[in-house]
Amino acid sequence: METKYISKNGLNEWFSQIVKSGKRVYAPVKEREQVEFKKVQALSEVADEYIQTTQSIKSAVFPRAEVLFSYEKESGKVNVEDFNPDTVKETVLWKIHPCDAAGFKPLTAIFNWDYKDKLYNAHLEKTTLVTFSCAKADKSCFCTSVNGGPGNTAGSDVQLTMLPDGGAIVEILTPKGEALVQLAASAFENDKEEDKSKYLADVPQMFDVEAIKAKLATAFDSPVWKEQSERCLGCGACAFVCPTCACFDIQEDAHGSKGKRIRCWDSCGFSLFTKHTSGHNPRAVQSQRWRQRILHKFSYMPDRLSVLGCTGCGRCSRACPVDMNILEHLTSIAKK
Amino acid sequence: MDKLRQRAAALLADGTVTLVIGYEEGTNKPRPIFCHTAEEAEKLIYSSHCIHNLAVYLTKKELMGTGKVAITATIPALRSILQLAIENQLNEENLLVITVTDKEEVKEFANFAEIEAYIADFQLKLEGKEQEIIDKLEGMSREERFKFWMEEMSHCFKCYACRAACPLCYCTKCIVEENRPQWINPWAAPLANMEWQINRAMHMAGRCTGCGACGDACPVGIPIHLLTRKMMEDLAPEFGFTPGQPSKNGNALSTWKADDKENFIR
Amino acid sequence: MSEQNIYLPYLMTIDKITNEAPGVKTFKLKFQNEEEANAFNFKAGQFGEYSAFGEGESTFCIASAPTRKGYIECTFRETGKVTSGLADLEEGSTMGFRGPFGNTFPMDEWKGKSLVFIAGGIALPPMRCVIQNALDLRENFKDITIVYGAKSVNDLVYKDELKEWADRPDVNLVTTVDPGGETPDWKGEIGFVPSIVDKTAPSPENTIAIVCGPPIMIKFTFPVLEKLGFKDNQIYTTLENRMKCGVGKCGRCNVGKLYVCKDGPVFSKEQLNNIPAEEY
Repeated sequence: METKYISKNGLNEWFSQIVKSGKRVYAPVKEREQVEFKKVQALSEVADEYIQTTQSIKSAVFPRAEVLFSYEKESGKVNVEDFNPDTVKETVLWKIHPCDAAGFKPLTAIFNWDYKDKLYNAHLEKTTLVTFSCAKADKSCFCTSVNGGPGNTAGSDVQLTMLPDGGAIVEILTPKGEALVQLAASAFENDKEEDKSKYLADVPQMFDVEAIKAKLATAFDSPVWKEQSERCLGCGACAFVCPTCACFDIQEDAHGSKGKRIRCWDSCGFSLFTKHTSGHNPRAVQSQRWRQRILHKFSYMPDRLSVLGCTGCGRCSRACPVDMNILEHLTSIAKK
Repeated sequence: MDKLRQRAAALLADGTVTLVIGYEEGTNKPRPIFCHTAEEAEKLIYSSHCIHNLAVYLTKKELMGTGKVAITATIPALRSILQLAIENQLNEENLLVITVTDKEEVKEFANFAEIEAYIADFQLKLEGKEQEIIDKLEGMSREERFKFWMEEMSHCFKCYACRAACPLCYCTKCIVEENRPQWINPWAAPLANMEWQINRAMHMAGRCTGCGACGDACPVGIPIHLLTRKMMEDLAPEFGFTPGQPSKNGNALSTWKADDKENFIR
Repeated sequence: MSEQNIYLPYLMTIDKITNEAPGVKTFKLKFQNEEEANAFNFKAGQFGEYSAFGEGESTFCIASAPTRKGYIECTFRETGKVTSGLADLEEGSTMGFRGPFGNTFPMDEWKGKSLVFIAGGIALPPMRCVIQNALDLRENFKDITIVYGAKSVNDLVYKDELKEWADRPDVNLVTTVDPGGETPDWKGEIGFVPSIVDKTAPSPENTIAIVCGPPIMIKFTFPVLEKLGFKDNQIYTTLENRMKCGVGKCGRCNVGKLYVCKDGPVFSKEQLNNIPAEEY
């Protein structure tokens, strides 16, 4: 772990070297009324003043639709073509937030729980995370309540903290980060001993996540789930923008003798998620599905995988058509 | 607001209704609220910022229960209520429709006919920027329009917020949930997304009341309401209905009449 | 790094198709790749994801016993897209298999005990693997009782096997059909499975009861077993939830904090008491 300083010019130099190296770079770009991650070639394309992107960057390692394998049927036999990890390109995720980097931890935990997901691991191996610490936050952010923070480095390969002079404090955290820095080693200068905490947003802690976990352990039959979920429309917006939601569906894209088995995003909030072929649906009403979302993220995942299923990024609350503000719901559970 | 709150509280307190669906203050803007008690009715608000179409909840049996329900409806919601009524989805006796007039008066409708008379005075119109997009689309060739919508569709990730927010999407099994055959590919990809939206526009043909809830709900900012809106405007002269008024002549795609024009059969 | 793709199925040839009952078929499957065939191992209770290429995957238990090498069997009812696709396949065609997944019946713990198998309809397949397994190791167990029922005589599956089991002196087989499901020459019992279990009254002394069936059958069988003196840790069942990946990742088969594909599908009643019943 090493700390350096990079000037504004150095940043430009480093960025152009990264692009020149052939790696794909995804960064937040202002698009219509929102900011979303897009492939960029120049630093000038990267968005400036914003709090959060609408979608997370989990699609870099867990695409919204992905081919698991393809096949062709030929006179009773089937020829299969497996996923080839060599087709995965080197990728840099630029200017993601600490809450985004933290989201990779639960994803990696799920995709490596006993069985190792070859596709996810192939993507992750070739991805370098460059986070920028947060100087601003809004009232939907609550990273500090879920063991995170505006300057948290968990999951980051490199973390930059922007300084008033246009340069940045650079924390090189992993060998991958070091390798990325080496692409423009001369652009980096010695640490100027700036105090990172001066440049971080103030995100007050709103609840104690351990206390919530304890409450949830006995809350299965609580009326709170119906109360909170009455307005929920049962769409998949919250699950899809979330950096840690990894529930998926497996579908077939078949035409004639050729086909592909596809993995695509799914949500426990959809009514059909748990429906049996017999027609029986264990989670037939929305309150049960809302309960699953909260319990899974804040109770089951910590229990089974020792990791929280939420990084406090606030995207679900912002994206929800009917303002299911998760911070508000959790605070209300904490008070019960 | 006081008049609305008082009226709602009274309706709940004396048992006339078991539920009042309305709006309350949300994080950044108003959001739906379900008032089961007179105390909860204290939170009710009503303003031009109340944009959700609450009629979407009227077909959710698990929420509505068996008692009488009151709903504070905006003009777009009133239109949806009339369309739902025409499609036999509402029980007039179990529903009390309330609105707040421009003069901040609480108006209760005795029946659907009164609602129809009331909304006849309100024009269905689009906000400036949206009308600009429609005008732009009007000026495009077919290829250009397809390109425009395919670009929009590349952003869609099939969360179905558009469907979830639409009061007229009340099918218990949506076409995307049918897998024998799989009419629409369930994953997110530009063409698969386009299949979904074209299908939705077709199923909305002649039924959409132009409330814009779908476009508001879309988390990635696709102006999807303009697609169904344009469909509505294009169809109105062909099938003899007025945009925004309930389709008394039947639904464009599901009603057949002996005198339907068949001049497309050559 | 040639890590295995856990979503890629083994290629299997359908060796034999048996029509068990209306809409119900058993497939005997052989691995196309000999190395895979030799390396394959599983334990009673485990399941797999079976592919119809072009349609998708479906979850069935492995219905044959691990003691019988060289092939696996699955039994399914044609109910939806994938099972219809499978039902259309002929002997000699290729299908896919991913597995074995899930936990197993703790047969080692049951050595020296008596076993009571209770199954209804299409739920005999998950039991068949453990029954065959027990019969192959018959000396390990004391009394073996099988109570199996279906809607009608025609709906009984594994008809050949039932004859085999009926003929064995070291197995007490009781078959039943629902009232109205009997044929004139039916010699078995007539009544719903729970009441026949009551009638058969197996002793709980050093006995394990394994129950598989539609939720309604299980709901009424558990109290009968309780009445007969079976404790919760003497009763085992298998849960079936909607599944897709089979490896604990897609999130679909969550029952409380357990995953049916990882912590199950075999559960003791003791375990079931600790998870929310409404979730399965």
